[in-house]
Amino acid sequence: MDLVIDIVLLTFLGIIALAINRIDKLFCVIMLSGLYSLLCASLFVTMDAVDVAFTEAAVGTGIATVLLLSTIGATDTHQRSAPHRPLLALLVVCTTGAILIYGTMDMPAFGDPEAPVHQHVAPRYLEESQQEVGPPNIVTSILGSYRGIDTLGEVVVIFTAGLSVVGLIGFRGMQKYGDRQRAAGITKDDMDEHLVLRVVIKIFIPLILLFALYVQFHGDYGPGGGFQAGVIFASGFIFYTLMFGLDKGMRVIAPRVLGYIGSLGVLLYGGVGITTMLLGGNFLDYDVLMHDPLHGQHLGIFLIELGIGITVFSIMLLIFFAFSSRKGLRQ
Amino acid sequence: MESILNFISALCIGLGVFLGITGAVGIVRLPNFFTRLHAASVTDSGCAFLILSGLMLQSGFSIPTLKLLFILVFLLITSPTASHALAKTALDCGAEPTPHPYEER
Amino acid sequence: MNIGAHYNYWVAIFLMMTGFYIVITHGNLIKKLIGLNLFSTSVFILYISLGKVKGGSAPIAAPGIEVYSNPLPHVLILTAIVVGVATIAVGLALVLLIYDRYGTIEEDEIRLKDDSL
Repeated sequence: MDLVIDIVLLTFLGIIALAINRIDKLFCVIMLSGLYSLLCASLFVTMDAVDVAFTEAAVGTGIATVLLLSTIGATDTHQRSAPHRPLLALLVVCTTGAILIYGTMDMPAFGDPEAPVHQHVAPRYLEESQQEVGPPNIVTSILGSYRGIDTLGEVVVIFTAGLSVVGLIGFRGMQKYGDRQRAAGITKDDMDEHLVLRVVIKIFIPLILLFALYVQFHGDYGPGGGFQAGVIFASGFIFYTLMFGLDKGMRVIAPRVLGYIGSLGVLLYGGVGITTMLLGGNFLDYDVLMHDPLHGQHLGIFLIELGIGITVFSIMLLIFFAFSSRKGLRQ
Repeated sequence: MESILNFISALCIGLGVFLGITGAVGIVRLPNFFTRLHAASVTDSGCAFLILSGLMLQSGFSIPTLKLLFILVFLLITSPTASHALAKTALDCGAEPTPHPYEER
Repeated sequence: MNIGAHYNYWVAIFLMMTGFYIVITHGNLIKKLIGLNLFSTSVFILYISLGKVKGGSAPIAAPGIEVYSNPLPHVLILTAIVVGVATIAVGLALVLLIYDRYGTIEEDEIRLKDDSL
């Protein structure tokens, strides 16, 4: 039965990929890519990867779709050019695909418990993680403790993306958005027109933010953690901005403050590492943080998840503000 | 008792699946934007409601049922709001609710 | 049962190649970025399929569960998803600036307008 669900979902993914290739209207393509991410998330759930499914649904469907829509709002909405040399490309693609499929012939069967990937380090993580690190969610304990340096790199990558977007689009462009709107004579619509949306959004924003906090702190016991929580928290603010306008959204949190908050998250993460070094252990060795290794691990993972959540929230919101303030330039 | 519960939940899920398929067929075949929007909202409210109720009956009185109830309430509030937002924007941009059904596709 | 053994990997490769095809043939920059996203997601599917164990459950320790799926690919892919979205964000920022400079996001029109290319 599992296999049937698997095969059906994968077939749908293939059909959507072909449709994305053929369609010219970019809005439809973006909606299809959001649908593709959601189907991938369902596929990940059937393959027991619940944390990954959560992240893909929040990040791939939520943030990527919003950013893509902001971009086509500021640029063209239809694809105009025809494909370049489709036959040659098809030949290259088919050859590469054939070689890769030949390569998969040697791979272990799907679901095989004796596969090499399950033999070396994974059984140690599965068996020892509760005694050495603590949280029942083994993915969180690997992410936070065993492979903590990789996660530090990931947080720095997000931070760098935020830096690049701000460097390309600029804080000043965002600050002047309100002035440009007023200069162009564009006033915001009367809010009473959108009564239903306004009321529903006001009900939901506190719930969304509460859910984000739940996901952040519950990441030790169930699927969740800093990344998903940061994205959900940012989406609450994005929701508000979509309804009430970018100038009101930027007044709730100014972009510069978001920059400071983002740096604070990375600093917290790196700071935990430096603290453990000063206390006598290795970099990011949480055992030395408290009197007892398990408590130290618990505190360490709590602090770094907080740092991750803070950075992801601020950078995602910053990128959204940067993209939305671009639209005003063309009007 | 068990088998009655199983039967009712199977009925709910089956009906929900039928509504989902009907909604999908409607989105493809109906002529106008607003009629297609109605078909999509049938999927959102009817299909989701019935399938979630069927699942709640299956899991009895436990924490997963509470979570499913929350999901159901949120879906019931947000999906009609989304359909409303779509319909309102379409009306503001000039789409007409009642064109001649066989001229416009 | 041979289809079931490798179907996941073949579909992942098919999706990878579709994404690749979109990147190399279409001239529209946003379509290229979406093709790149398609490519990365298919790699995620490949990795997560490697980690699945038949009869296992999600790697959250609970009493009574004996077999878990391998948590290591999950950790790697979590990082990869977030890095993928960061890449898309920077790519889209570049697209916005290109549009401001050249007035178009189609590659051939940009080539015509830019003398140095």
